[in-house]
Amino acid sequence: MLTQQDLDALLITLQLAGVTTLILLLIGTPFAWWLARSRWRYKFLIEAVVALPLVLPPTVLGFYLLLALAPDGPVGSLVKSMGGDPLPFSFTGLVIGSVFYSLPFVVQPLQNAFRAIGRRPLEVAATLRAAPLDRFFSVAVPLARPGFLTAAVLGFAHTLGEFGVVLMIGGNIPGETQVVSIAIYDHVEALEYGQAHWLAGGLLALSFVMLMAVYALNRRFMVVRL
Amino acid sequence: MTIKARFQLSRGEFDLNVDLQLPAKGVTAIFGPSGCGKTTLLRAIAGLEPQAQGELTVNDQIWQDSRTRLAVHKRPIGYVFQEPSLFEHLSVQKNIEYGMKRSQSAGNPSLSLEEAVELLGIGHLLQRQPYQLSGGEQQRVAIARALAVNPQVLLLDEPMAALDDARKQEILPYLENLHQQLDIPLLYVSHSRDEVARLADYLVMMQAGRTVAEGPLETVFASLEMPLAQGPDAETVIEAVVAGRDGAYDLSYLVFSGGRFAVAGERMPQGKRARLQIQARDVSLTLNRQSDTSILNIFPAQVEALAETSTAQMTVRLRIGKDLILARITRKSAADLNLQPGSQVFAQIKSVAVLA
Repeated sequence: MLTQQDLDALLITLQLAGVTTLILLLIGTPFAWWLARSRWRYKFLIEAVVALPLVLPPTVLGFYLLLALAPDGPVGSLVKSMGGDPLPFSFTGLVIGSVFYSLPFVVQPLQNAFRAIGRRPLEVAATLRAAPLDRFFSVAVPLARPGFLTAAVLGFAHTLGEFGVVLMIGGNIPGETQVVSIAIYDHVEALEYGQAHWLAGGLLALSFVMLMAVYALNRRFMVVRL
Repeated sequence: MTIKARFQLSRGEFDLNVDLQLPAKGVTAIFGPSGCGKTTLLRAIAGLEPQAQGELTVNDQIWQDSRTRLAVHKRPIGYVFQEPSLFEHLSVQKNIEYGMKRSQSAGNPSLSLEEAVELLGIGHLLQRQPYQLSGGEQQRVAIARALAVNPQVLLLDEPMAALDDARKQEILPYLENLHQQLDIPLLYVSHSRDEVARLADYLVMMQAGRTVAEGPLETVFASLEMPLAQGPDAETVIEAVVAGRDGAYDLSYLVFSGGRFAVAGERMPQGKRARLQIQARDVSLTLNRQSDTSILNIFPAQVEALAETSTAQMTVRLRIGKDLILARITRKSAADLNLQPGSQVFAQIKSVAVLA
């Protein structure tokens, strides 16, 4: 069965995935909107940067984040000067790392969904007296609903499986920064296969159920964009 | 009350350059081949073309000039796009209420839902979702939605182009109805001469981003300088009023400025205004009134102008009363009858179509 330490790891993982997904939806939505609509000629540079976490080894991402967040790094020194606690080996540090790590999984489905809407529905809304912000919330967001669902589930599920970045910047502090994927690794190292099974199986089932839900709902909306 | 529109816009090869003064009542058709810039002009009037430079004044209100530029959502327009473009996430009723609510909260009167619904006959569709409607029904909802904001101008961009003939016949009566019931001007973009002949009062012809002719429909259709009058299917349109009926022969009588037409088999209420379409090739000319002829509609007319249409044929513009019609005759006939501007003749009209 799950030990207290395993339960802590599970709770931290779910919290981390939840907070990360929320932040990513908040900053990813305007960002994806801009990427979908902008005709800026150097937009491809930004798109390439957003896609980087898809191909980079998480340790590379984690390494640079660790340097940036360290007390003498550019971000770390700023936080220190404002009287904040050091970011590495803290939950906040994990959230920052996860936001970068899962960024493309949220931004890309949103960008595709916004692009698929096209300009026409927004032009129609404008001729029906809707101001720009009103058009966004009353037309673009509802029409992109399948994209939001996909983005949220992919962002959440991808953060659940995070390993390398967490290990680099969060360490492995039980009850504070130890997440499920690292707990599983520890169990296997210690040859505790039974406990590893509980956590690994649980994560497998959770991920499967979430992805199944996305595909099922997408089919109901008659849109598949995964 | 006029709409003054002057616009320039360059987009690659295409160059729009127009300067128009349109009547702020009735239906103005913007007519021309695909790619002539008529849709771009309509979009510029709506404010949907950010690059369009120029001036736009509607009923003495400046919508756009070198300093001001009213945003799309602040222009008191209704816009019907070529494809119905209903909001897929909203029911028919919510689609119509979308603009209505926003118009009301901006302090403008809007039509009631019932009025908009009744004008387009869509009461039975209100609870449906857009994907459950046929193309014609969707477009009727889109027109109702545009009207519900109580616009000062209704802009229609080929609202029937995406529909098959049967669906067009379903929508046309509603458009004709709007024409008679609304006080606001309608700007109607079309490349179909039939639609224009049916609906328009005023005509702007466009080609390659410029206007090539504008004026009252009857005048432009009868203008010999225009390619319309030179083509094999040259036609003219005149307004008439139903004045009576001969039940024994199933004939209706329609009065126009130059006399009385007898039309076979049309049953229309007394006093109804109707539009008559006359093909130039159905009009022949005589110097004396024929008495032993099967043709019912013979009117005294004056030749106004003649133009050669081909090496064998001529097109003659005739004035009958205040109306203009075209006749297509051979050059030999014109020479034999010695037709000149000012000649008095009799126009024999073999057939006439009642449009609306």
